[in-house]
Amino acid sequence: MPDADVIRQFVATRLDGDLLPWSGQAAVMERFGLSNAESEDVVLAAGILPARYSRNRQMLTTALQLKLFRSRVVVVGCGGLGGYLIEELARLGVGHLVVVDPDTFVEHNLNRQLFANASNIGSSKVTAAALRVESVNPAVTVHCVARAFEAGDHSTLAGADAVADALDEMPARFALAEGCRDLGIPLVHGAIAGWYGYVATILPGDRTLHQLYNRHGGRRGIEAQFGNPSFTPAVVASLQVAEICKILIGQGTLLRHKVLTINLLDSEIETVAMD
Amino acid sequence: MQITVRLFLAFRTGRFHTKALECAAGTTVQQVVRDLRLPETDLGTAIVNGREVELGEVLAPGDTLLLFPLVGGG
Repeated sequence: MPDADVIRQFVATRLDGDLLPWSGQAAVMERFGLSNAESEDVVLAAGILPARYSRNRQMLTTALQLKLFRSRVVVVGCGGLGGYLIEELARLGVGHLVVVDPDTFVEHNLNRQLFANASNIGSSKVTAAALRVESVNPAVTVHCVARAFEAGDHSTLAGADAVADALDEMPARFALAEGCRDLGIPLVHGAIAGWYGYVATILPGDRTLHQLYNRHGGRRGIEAQFGNPSFTPAVVASLQVAEICKILIGQGTLLRHKVLTINLLDSEIETVAMD
Repeated sequence: MQITVRLFLAFRTGRFHTKALECAAGTTVQQVVRDLRLPETDLGTAIVNGREVELGEVLAPGDTLLLFPLVGGG
């Protein structure tokens, strides 16, 4: 890999102000025989910000942008929540996304699942996620896991800096929480139903899920009555992405030992202490 | 005896956020849930004074009971 000085020298004439446009990054790839991901790493490591992150820079230093790029986030579920999670994490610049979902798109996904469109009904959700990420941020690497998350699946979670719960059934959510606890990985939980949702950040050993879902009994929740419109997964997933960003950069206050309750029908968002 | 009940999300519709309720000594969580006409299968958790409890939990004067609907979609 070319070192930082070599990169800085090479890009010096290709910068736009102090930002490196795509054309400059493409030149780095060509000159040094690097992939998108490799070029992203050496450019950020040299302290240079790719131009497409310029609207991050008042919140994130280039060093933090590199930290995000070198992070690995597992998104379990690529449906309503998952679509927005993956889109936003990719645009944020998280370098490795592991996307987990056994399903293919069906017609009713079109009302809320970001990657579902009229031409990909019947095709794999994780494949659609990978294609979308390739188009919005080719520097991000997507690892597709086209199977359901199961209890004891440590290999899917291994090496993650954070995990997003974008599942739609309770036993799997608890299995995921156990896996994250066993591996010492922070878990950002999200759940939706109609106008409503919950978000909570669970660090290994926290009892939040057990407290919030004590009576789940393996049942589906009120989403069976209320369904899921387009906007609720977007709101909840975005809150989850903000939590994940804070975990990765080590800043801000997490939704830990609490649950954020979202009521879009009455426009009320309320934090309740848990455990 | 008096207890405080806090409802969340869909449970508030047609009911309340927070209310002081008068109930008989020995009232259980299940009785409160039924009195409020909340479907038991919609209940995600009942929390009394910060601790999750079963439906049979007997309430005491001054208790705060939180009732959350089960939200499981993704």
